[in-house]
Amino acid sequence: MNFSEVFKQTNQLCRVSPDGKYLATCVQYRLVIRDVNTLQILQLYTCLDQVVQMEWSSDSLFILCAMYKRGLVQVWSLEQPDWHCKIDEGSIGLLCSRWSPDGRHILNTTEFNLRVTVWSLCNKSVSYIKYPKACQKGMDFSTDGRYMALAERRDCKDYISVFVCDDWHLLRHFETETQDLAGVEWSPNGCVLAVWDACLEYKMLLYSLDGRLLSTYSAYEWSLGIKAIAWSPSSQFLAMGSYDEKVRILNHITWKKIVEFEHPATINNTKAVVYREVEKRPVVPSDDLSLQQLSISSTAFNAQSKYEICQLPVQVPSVKPDPDRANPKVGISSLAFSADNRYLATKNDNMPNCVWVWDMQRVGLQAVLEQASAVRCFLWDPRRPRLALCTGNNKLYLWSPAGCVSVRVPVEGCFQVLSLLWHCSGDSLILIGKDQLCLCYMETEQQP
Amino acid sequence: MPESTQEFPDIPNDSYRNKGTPLVHYTQSTNFYSPISDFCTEDNIPECILYLNQEAASLGFPAVQPDPDGGDGGLDMDVVSLLNSMYALLERHHRVLRALDQLETERLRSISDMQRQQLNQGRLKDQLELTKRENARLQERERQLQLNIKSLKKCLKNERDEVQKLQNIRTSSSMQYNHDMKRKEREYYKLKEHLNQLLIDKKDNKQAIEVLNCVGRPDGRRGQWKTRRTEARHEEEMYQTLLNDFDNRQRELMLENVELRKVLQQIKNEMIGILSPKKSNWREARQEHGGNQDLGSDEEVVCNAGRDGLEQSCEQAREELTNSIRQQWRKLKHHVENLDSQASLVQPRDSEVMAKEAHDREMEQLRQEIQQCKDFIHTQQQLLQQQLSSPCDEETASLLKDCYMLEEKERLKEEWNAFDEQRKNFTSERKNFTEAAIRLGREKKLFEDDRATWLKHQFLNLSFADHVNPPLSKSPGVLSEYVEASAAPSSLSDVISQMVFSPPDGSSVRPSSSAEYQQSLLPQSRF
Repeated sequence: MNFSEVFKQTNQLCRVSPDGKYLATCVQYRLVIRDVNTLQILQLYTCLDQVVQMEWSSDSLFILCAMYKRGLVQVWSLEQPDWHCKIDEGSIGLLCSRWSPDGRHILNTTEFNLRVTVWSLCNKSVSYIKYPKACQKGMDFSTDGRYMALAERRDCKDYISVFVCDDWHLLRHFETETQDLAGVEWSPNGCVLAVWDACLEYKMLLYSLDGRLLSTYSAYEWSLGIKAIAWSPSSQFLAMGSYDEKVRILNHITWKKIVEFEHPATINNTKAVVYREVEKRPVVPSDDLSLQQLSISSTAFNAQSKYEICQLPVQVPSVKPDPDRANPKVGISSLAFSADNRYLATKNDNMPNCVWVWDMQRVGLQAVLEQASAVRCFLWDPRRPRLALCTGNNKLYLWSPAGCVSVRVPVEGCFQVLSLLWHCSGDSLILIGKDQLCLCYMETEQQP
Repeated sequence: MPESTQEFPDIPNDSYRNKGTPLVHYTQSTNFYSPISDFCTEDNIPECILYLNQEAASLGFPAVQPDPDGGDGGLDMDVVSLLNSMYALLERHHRVLRALDQLETERLRSISDMQRQQLNQGRLKDQLELTKRENARLQERERQLQLNIKSLKKCLKNERDEVQKLQNIRTSSSMQYNHDMKRKEREYYKLKEHLNQLLIDKKDNKQAIEVLNCVGRPDGRRGQWKTRRTEARHEEEMYQTLLNDFDNRQRELMLENVELRKVLQQIKNEMIGILSPKKSNWREARQEHGGNQDLGSDEEVVCNAGRDGLEQSCEQAREELTNSIRQQWRKLKHHVENLDSQASLVQPRDSEVMAKEAHDREMEQLRQEIQQCKDFIHTQQQLLQQQLSSPCDEETASLLKDCYMLEEKERLKEEWNAFDEQRKNFTSERKNFTEAAIRLGREKKLFEDDRATWLKHQFLNLSFADHVNPPLSKSPGVLSEYVEASAAPSSLSDVISQMVFSPPDGSSVRPSSSAEYQQSLLPQSRF
């Protein structure tokens, strides 16, 4: 595993181009384009204000930089550095900006979710979509980029509009049977749309591409419901994580629950392997225990850590959520399927140090990774069943069915890995810190 | 006379109520004067008087006739005492009657008391019985009520839990609602602010896009107008996508179906294969009707297996297959159950249990043995380890080198010493013997010379004077000397011959002259 040197970035804005050749980062108001392998700066663009959102177009030719405060979006071209484009939303304000799947239209959500403006780079035309819904995930593009589903709300009722991304033709518009629609997500094969209700009610609706309701699923009533969902890459399974600390999996043939994964506080009676991160803190030699000294020394003397396998039964450290607050930190907040459909990684919010890995073939728990501090981010390798996670310290953790490893990022000074990003080939990882980033090149597998 | 006294009959216990009471009998017997003519007649007056006297004496009355011997023929009686006695007797009789009366009344009283007591007892027993039953009933009722209470408590607890849960849900829901409401309100407020701002701000910042030049479409083609045709095309494309997806799914399911069907067929065939050898045994045992038919149908279906594969979507074929599998499975299960029961019958329970116990014991023993062996090996290993690793410095190492062989070494040393000593002894002895042999040789030589001179002398003497005696007187002595001398060499020669056997390096035996001499003198000692 090789680590590159550290580069600056702001706002954790760091994106790899879809073709995997370039790496774009934002430093204050500048956009830096580097080559992924050599990390040489290829292009440098200057924006009008500090960039808040940055996105590559799907053909890796253009980059969008959005500055919400100013209501501006600037688009840069990789092929023609002189080309420029500026979209000003004016007094109407800007909330969110994104590319369309064809890479030639930009969708701006205005402030207060008044409307979605579709700007075309091909013919400078504008389209408007009224009453978009402000929710967890109100807009989703299908994987093949042909259709867009948008959640709308009119007259206290939820609707879904399906647009053809080619020419923004409204294909379908139908009402959904939800109280308060929270999100929409296309299945990877683009034929089924999963629609779920807000957490006050557990309701999952499945609509076919042409707007027919295929199935409804509700696990229970009255308690807080769905927190996060994930489709398996083959569209075979739909995993729903809810506030009752369980993950329920639906199958694509009958849309009925096939299994329920629990996250108990005591793990026993399972074939899973529990990895616990054990840190060995070296002795701090200085006698002065002032806070500053400690914070410096604890990062300077990088603690060694390794995984050890725990014997069952294992007690998982859990945090009791504050009952007086809304959106309690309980329940499954993130789910991710591995690229080969085999594994599902979940994180339970009231066990913030653990990541649970489930085997979908065996339909059971495969491994539990207990970290020393709260897990901030975990992502699957886009090609292999390999999970990378980080907990905000200077280490990178990798899990694969063969085992678990913790790698210290060999960077001088204080570098805390706050989030991760895989390169689309799965050969390298981008580690994003507070205002720095570092690349980690995995060793390519050699035939033994 | 005793036969004249009236005997009161035995009164049974239960006849106390009737008139047969002793008093009655007594009064009956005494109320009527029955002539006691049997007792006293003119003939037996003296005997009567005597008898009366006796009776009176025994009862403490004065005698009827004070003087039995005197008087005229025994008729002389003391009338006064007789009357007194009669009067006393009458008094007694009255007293007795009264006592009897009293006793009678007492008896009646006690009888009635007893009756009353018995009635009481009966009544109390009944009461007790009743109260016991009542008690049992009440206890039972109490127990049931306790159970009821318990179940109600449980219900209550459940309800409370339920209520608590619902309350929690309600609170969290309301929390969420409030949160959302606040959020919406904040947004509303912001909207109002913005609107106000817009109303105040006269300049209207319009949206605009500034592009250097238009970019071509990603696929290079020109944009198309939105017409009905395009719309229709979109619809078509959408349905096409859906249809493709359905097709794919159906294909996958079909493949899976075919696989599963194959597996089922295999299972069915295997089951038939397993069960068919038993067919001949079973045909008699099986009472199930249609058993033969089943088997027959199975064979049929097996033949149809080839055809089955083709009629994949045929509902009938599918049902047939599943039914036949079920049937086969049932048969197999039945068969296995039979085998189980047979096995349990053949082997008597005890021996099974016994065998098991013995087996367990043996296992225990073996385990213990194994444990012992392991411990032994372990200790040996430890010792070996100790031995190999213990020398901590050179001196002790050198000292301890070959420490186990010390005893043997000592013994060996001693033996070597002993051998050395012996060897020394032998060498010294040999030396002595060789010296002795040398001396002997010399002496022999001298002797030979002497002998030769003597013989010479003798010869000369003999030849000189035959009749000279002194040499004869000398000769026995000389002869005795010679005898001795000749005797000595024999022992010496033995010794020497022995000595010749000893190792050549140790010997210093004189050369051939003495040897020749020995040989000539004592041919039997040749070696």
